[in-house]
Amino acid sequence: MAVRRARDRVALDLWQVIGAVEDVPATGAATTVLMEETLAVSRGPAGIAVHLPETGEALPVLLRYGYVWTSLGTPPAELFPLPEWAEPDRRNLNAGTVGVHVSAPRAIENFLDMAHFPYVHTGILGAEPHTEVEDYDVEVSDSRDEVLATRCRFWQPMAATTATGAIMADYVYRVPHPYCAVLYKTCPAEPHRRDVIGILLQPVSEERVRAHLMLSLIDHDNPDTVLRRFQQTIFGQDKPILENQVPKKLPLDPRAETPIRADKSAVAYRRWLRQKGLTYGTIPAAA
Amino acid sequence: MSEAIPGAGWHPIASGSDLAYRHVFHGALAGREVAVWRADDDHVNVWENRCLHRGVKLSIGVNEGFELKCQYHGWRYANRTSACTYIPAHPADAPARTIANRTFPAAERYGLVWSGEAATGVPEIPGLADADAFPLRPLPVDAPAAFVAERLAAAAEAIGTGRAARRIGDLALAFTAGVPGSDDPVAITVLVQPLAAGRAVIRALRHGRPTADAELEVLRHWNGVLTALRDAIEAAAATLAPAAPDAAPIEPLPAELADLPPAAAFGRRPALTMRIAEKQPAGDGVALFRLEPRDGVLPGFQPGAHIDVHLPNGLVRQYSLLNGPAETTAYLIAVKREPQSRGGSAALHETLRVGDLVALSEPRNNFPLRRDAGATLFLAGGIGVTPLIAMAKTLALGGRPFAFHAFARDAARLPLGAELGRLGSAFRPQLGLDAEARSAAISGLLAGGSVGGTGGRHLYVCGPAGFIELVRAQAAAAGWAEAAVHFEYFANARPLDRSQGFELALSRSCLTLAVAPGETIVEAVRAAGVDIATSCEQGACGTCLATVLDGAPDHQDVYLTPSEKAAGRSIVTCVSRARSARLVLDL
Repeated sequence: MAVRRARDRVALDLWQVIGAVEDVPATGAATTVLMEETLAVSRGPAGIAVHLPETGEALPVLLRYGYVWTSLGTPPAELFPLPEWAEPDRRNLNAGTVGVHVSAPRAIENFLDMAHFPYVHTGILGAEPHTEVEDYDVEVSDSRDEVLATRCRFWQPMAATTATGAIMADYVYRVPHPYCAVLYKTCPAEPHRRDVIGILLQPVSEERVRAHLMLSLIDHDNPDTVLRRFQQTIFGQDKPILENQVPKKLPLDPRAETPIRADKSAVAYRRWLRQKGLTYGTIPAAA
Repeated sequence: MSEAIPGAGWHPIASGSDLAYRHVFHGALAGREVAVWRADDDHVNVWENRCLHRGVKLSIGVNEGFELKCQYHGWRYANRTSACTYIPAHPADAPARTIANRTFPAAERYGLVWSGEAATGVPEIPGLADADAFPLRPLPVDAPAAFVAERLAAAAEAIGTGRAARRIGDLALAFTAGVPGSDDPVAITVLVQPLAAGRAVIRALRHGRPTADAELEVLRHWNGVLTALRDAIEAAAATLAPAAPDAAPIEPLPAELADLPPAAAFGRRPALTMRIAEKQPAGDGVALFRLEPRDGVLPGFQPGAHIDVHLPNGLVRQYSLLNGPAETTAYLIAVKREPQSRGGSAALHETLRVGDLVALSEPRNNFPLRRDAGATLFLAGGIGVTPLIAMAKTLALGGRPFAFHAFARDAARLPLGAELGRLGSAFRPQLGLDAEARSAAISGLLAGGSVGGTGGRHLYVCGPAGFIELVRAQAAAAGWAEAAVHFEYFANARPLDRSQGFELALSRSCLTLAVAPGETIVEAVRAAGVDIATSCEQGACGTCLATVLDGAPDHQDVYLTPSEKAAGRSIVTCVSRARSARLVLDL
């Protein structure tokens, strides 16, 4: 096994996202950083290839959900499933890639959090006085090794680009990968179906990420620019909060921060990370 | 760290003018970031710059005058106590635990804001009167604080009147300097604030305030002098070995804050001793008491909270706090002299005087206020105004809509008139109504009903039992959802039936007990060595609430709503019993 700058075997052996397929240049190579290693991404006769310019080592490549995934270790055969992405009428696109000076697990917790909507996404995903987080269910799914939060509801003035007024939005959150989370929320255009939004985090270092915002929406009217702008507005509101969190790495010691019932999903996520033994981007709990 | 000046451990961290009202200043001292904010009552708060919930810097929060609101989830923290007063994600609940940020000593003196981890007394600068200090523009320097102070002392001779600077501590010095266009030299004190490893701030004070016309010129002159000095110091410091960065110290939380709230467990015993600072008549046989902490630190509270007062005669009585968010220096309680007093209100009215000490419990809140209502209606009978006044003050400061109706026979019988008057036009006295007119008035106020919930209409009622029963019955008739009607009884006037014994199992403690006729659950549980929090011990306040896992409770309290009673999931353990032969509680 090649020597890597990062030491966390659990994180090294995961598939990690490094960018949208459409952003790989037609000729030449683009460089990006994954877990402190500089990678080159290029298109070759056999498709998209990833290697380490420092040593010339070729890395495994997987193309899933519109993104390029690679691994610095020994990845599993397949990435987590996302069947909705294959539905023919969905708008699948990368809404943007944004650098954030925070650890990947902090960004995941922010994505799972509903209580901040009225304060951080005022007038879009929430508004005072509608601040209550009703009780919801959280489990770590045994069959799929992921954190699952269901029966989540929140009052939203403008839940999506297709919204025509405030709705009580229903959410399901999945964390199928330590650095990726996916939500399913009420689609205002077709209330019996769910829009799917993912945050796929590329850990650049323990305290820096590139956040890739994945959309798989049911919206037959708005052009891509409108869908992207909506998501980028939301994430642009989260970014300054994330960059003002101290410490930047997620503390796994229960005595570092105080949770409330609304944080049940984050409590489960932290416990899940501890059980996995994943440490990259966290401050492990003292043994 | 040096003792810069007498008054050990103090360092300047900001100019007083940095702390505009409704602003939060981002400061640092010795590698620790602090959020510094001035409340509307001019109290300066210096807090660790980190919300205990998710670690977001409080310096990006909102100073609401008497509370600091975290930018991330809107948690409110009180002026002075730094205790969390409101968690918007759970608007119907009082914060279950005493969540308080780490605070540091603060003092405002010589136009500067001072702090220090172990600061005591007040900062003193020899030969400078507070009113004469004129803070010059502070200058950040990329150099260690001790090095900066040393270099400044060496340079002072050159910029001053030729006399050597006087060191008044490792990080402070004083010298006199000539002033362009004047024959009179001025005295200058320079303080060096250790910001973080290898970084400092030069904070200089001119002794004597210039005239308003000359202010700008004086500031410019010294800005030029000190900037040249700063540049020279930084050039010299560039040759130093780079300072090791200080790791931001993050203190572990108290263990009780580390997990989701456990069931509260503390008996009815006094936790605080306070001094009666004021005692004033407040109308209709009511005395208003102001209880001050002896060490200046008031434990946090929320609107709707009450305290137990342990009286010299051994009685324990509950009184709601009148305090709004702006009142964090003393507890305010109103005590009505009950003609049929069994010694509680009589003791407070007749025995206790200003200067006496009283023992209190920490505040407990079983009557929490939602701050997410679209409209809030307060209905008060008699002395029942007290918790509702605290709530109304909170909504008024937050700019949330409410109406406050207080019922009394006449204006003279309306207690706390001065406090009520301050609520402005939201306060509507309902005076001199006979039973029929009162019922009609209440009916009119409740018309339209409410589904409650977030954004809905909420009703808070407090007063004599008959008044609460009337309002609750009319609210139910007018279509108010039970969850939108919030009430607090002073006492449980229902006759209690303790004739039946039953078996009691405590699932978490793995105990099975027999509760004898005449004995309460609380008594039996305590006798078995398991603590259970209580306050009124008569089924009115809800402090001793426990979760029922199995069995049928025999509810004898006035705290739970009819549907909560019907659900049989909770029990007020100081009075209620079992209808089934066996009752299992989550204790």
